[in-house]
Amino acid sequence: MIQVNGKPMIWSEGMTVASMLKEKNYIYAKIVVKINGVFIPVEKYESTFIHDGDDVKAIHMLAGG
Amino acid sequence: MEIKAMKEARTLLTAFDYEPAPLERGYTDRSLHIRLGENRVEARAVPALVREKFIGGKGYGLKLLWDAVKPSTRWNDPENAIIVAGGPICGITQYPGSGKSLVCTISPMTDMPIDSNVGGYFGPYLKFSGYDALEISGKSEKDVVIFIDGNSGRVTIEEAPLEAVDGHVVAEQLTEMYAEDEEDKKNISIICAGTAAEHANIGLLNFSFYDLRRQVARLKQAGRGGIGRVFRDKKIKAVVIRFRGTKGNLNKPADQSRINKAGIKLHRQIHDLDDAQCRMRQIGTANIIEVMDAYDLLPTHNYQYGSHPDTYKIASKVFIEKYTTQGMPDGCWYGCSLSCAKTADHFELKTGPYKGHKVTIDGPEYENAAGLGSNCGIFDPEIILEANFYCDTYGVDTISFGTITAFAMECYERGIIDKSHTGGLELTFGNAMAQLELLHQMSRGEGFGYHIGLGVRHLKQYFAEEFGADRAFLEDIGMEQKGLEVSEYLPKESLAQQGGYGLTNKGPQHDEAWLIFMDMVNNQIPTFEDKAEALHYFPMFRTWFGLMGLCKLPWNDTTPADNGMTDEPAKIPEHVQNYVDLYNGVTGASIDKHELIRQSERVYNFQRVFNIRMGKGLRVHDAMPYRSMGPVTAQEYLSRQERYDQQMKELIGVDPEGKSVEEKIAIVRAYRVDQYEKLTDAVYKRRGWSSEGVPTTAYLREIGMDLPEVLEVVTPLQA
Repeated sequence: MIQVNGKPMIWSEGMTVASMLKEKNYIYAKIVVKINGVFIPVEKYESTFIHDGDDVKAIHMLAGG
Repeated sequence: MEIKAMKEARTLLTAFDYEPAPLERGYTDRSLHIRLGENRVEARAVPALVREKFIGGKGYGLKLLWDAVKPSTRWNDPENAIIVAGGPICGITQYPGSGKSLVCTISPMTDMPIDSNVGGYFGPYLKFSGYDALEISGKSEKDVVIFIDGNSGRVTIEEAPLEAVDGHVVAEQLTEMYAEDEEDKKNISIICAGTAAEHANIGLLNFSFYDLRRQVARLKQAGRGGIGRVFRDKKIKAVVIRFRGTKGNLNKPADQSRINKAGIKLHRQIHDLDDAQCRMRQIGTANIIEVMDAYDLLPTHNYQYGSHPDTYKIASKVFIEKYTTQGMPDGCWYGCSLSCAKTADHFELKTGPYKGHKVTIDGPEYENAAGLGSNCGIFDPEIILEANFYCDTYGVDTISFGTITAFAMECYERGIIDKSHTGGLELTFGNAMAQLELLHQMSRGEGFGYHIGLGVRHLKQYFAEEFGADRAFLEDIGMEQKGLEVSEYLPKESLAQQGGYGLTNKGPQHDEAWLIFMDMVNNQIPTFEDKAEALHYFPMFRTWFGLMGLCKLPWNDTTPADNGMTDEPAKIPEHVQNYVDLYNGVTGASIDKHELIRQSERVYNFQRVFNIRMGKGLRVHDAMPYRSMGPVTAQEYLSRQERYDQQMKELIGVDPEGKSVEEKIAIVRAYRVDQYEKLTDAVYKRRGWSSEGVPTTAYLREIGMDLPEVLEVVTPLQA
């Protein structure tokens, strides 16, 4: 199990930032991802693995509408 | 010849000559006042106290409106005024989104002040012509056109019997009439409404700007709250302004280089990042159609659901690839590199009085696609564009029209109304031709379309009293509050956004606060206190755009690359500093980000007290229809049963096992309504208001909005 934005999500072997975002259907363009407080740049979403127990933030940069 | 005949039919009622006041540090410190019926025109000095407390734009509009009306004034009384004002930053050309006008009046929808923010060139030209604000009150017996020549300093009021009323026609006619040649057309801006605004309380105002490349007068809308209805009730066909000589330093800023620096930084950011961020330059606000669908936030079938399998048919790429013209300058004021004002050019209309005409349609905005489209179950991009066009030219608020029609469609599908009530229209979800027919009827003031134009609040009463509908059910599913229809986001799963709609001054429009991602997705504001802080900060911050004559889109529809690394990314700190720099650069003041909020707090609370003065503005008026909070019907519950059952276990502590759908709906409802009440308590406390929603005298003194007339209203209501 991992935490995504403070809520539990089932972890699976080989989960990357890209696959997590896809599974959550987080398609918004302006998302900032951090794993355990460490910022992950967009170009590393495919290659960055999420580990069981990680605390992930996927912050959507929109407070406007 | 047509223009010649129009001119010959004119009768001059009055002319007023003036010496255009010089602009200094963003202000002329003069306002223009026109009293129709009496044909009186005068210029007045803006008192120093008004400038200090109300800043400009919406602040000036509300102050002038307060002085014009009485508590008993209703929208169609002669003393009701329409006020147009930019702000001190309005008119600069170095920073995107700096050409907005703010329009205020007593609304036919809400019976209290409404304010609406609109692009087009009128606001800047008004300032350059010597006035920080324009107030029009009184009523004319016959149709008139008001003309302001900002160069020569002359205002005329003329009877104008032959000009058209529909927006796209009259804007072209008057641009042609008042411009000396093609090049001069860019110096003309027109305020007009449309034929539906003569009958519909959801009538809007169009503000024009001339697009030299497309050779067409384009229309931007002051959409919410029925200002166009007031405009046509006063028999105004148009207000025309002409100003030649626009350039980048007309605001006479105190520190031009400070403004330039902020502007260059933002232009570069938009250039480098927009294609990978919001694609505002490609498609404008419509970029979020499919995003809202993916997050279950796109209102469908009168806000019953948040997504639909057919959304792909109206996704942004459909409009980009098939309809909107790319690669043309699309700012609604000079210097806006975000250029979100997209158009569909040479669009051939299929219905109505302009059937067969090829027209330029400004849009679609997100709200249009969601309101005219998904919320009515319509997923045809050409219908959305056609409805968008007719709404604009008839002078109809697309948001209200979409929400009202969606409500009527649900009532039709549930058998609350039938063909005998709709004049034969089969008003099912997805019936696009029926939707368009309602618009055409509205423009003529006929049939069921006439009733649609009076709003959801009217329809609830009409259906209950005339057709015996269950009023309580209508109250649950009719998405209006304070008389204004809810804009096009589904707030059921975001308590903060329920407050963002409900705990507002003018009604459920998202321009005060849009907190759905912060709340529902990011989980950044989990407690009532967190939500209350957001429902204080963001409405105050965003009120400031209205004081300045600014657009909010360049604040958060483009983001610095390193914004995510800042301590408060949702606020976009770099952009907040830009705004501080712009204000200080124009006015020569030295405010910081805290004083920026304080400026808004004064005006925001003044508006709240204004509402109270008009018999509104209390806690009872901040309640929301339950459809905005949770599932009203079994179909809604069952459509997201897993979500609701899980929440019942985890949040409410009740096991859903063995309970009927109706029992579960009741349990969820009791919980969610209670959450909203607790949120209301927390927000009122944070805003310095009593438990009934009244600003306390101590708080008004603290923020410097303790004017005698304000204290006179609230003092008797202090607990």
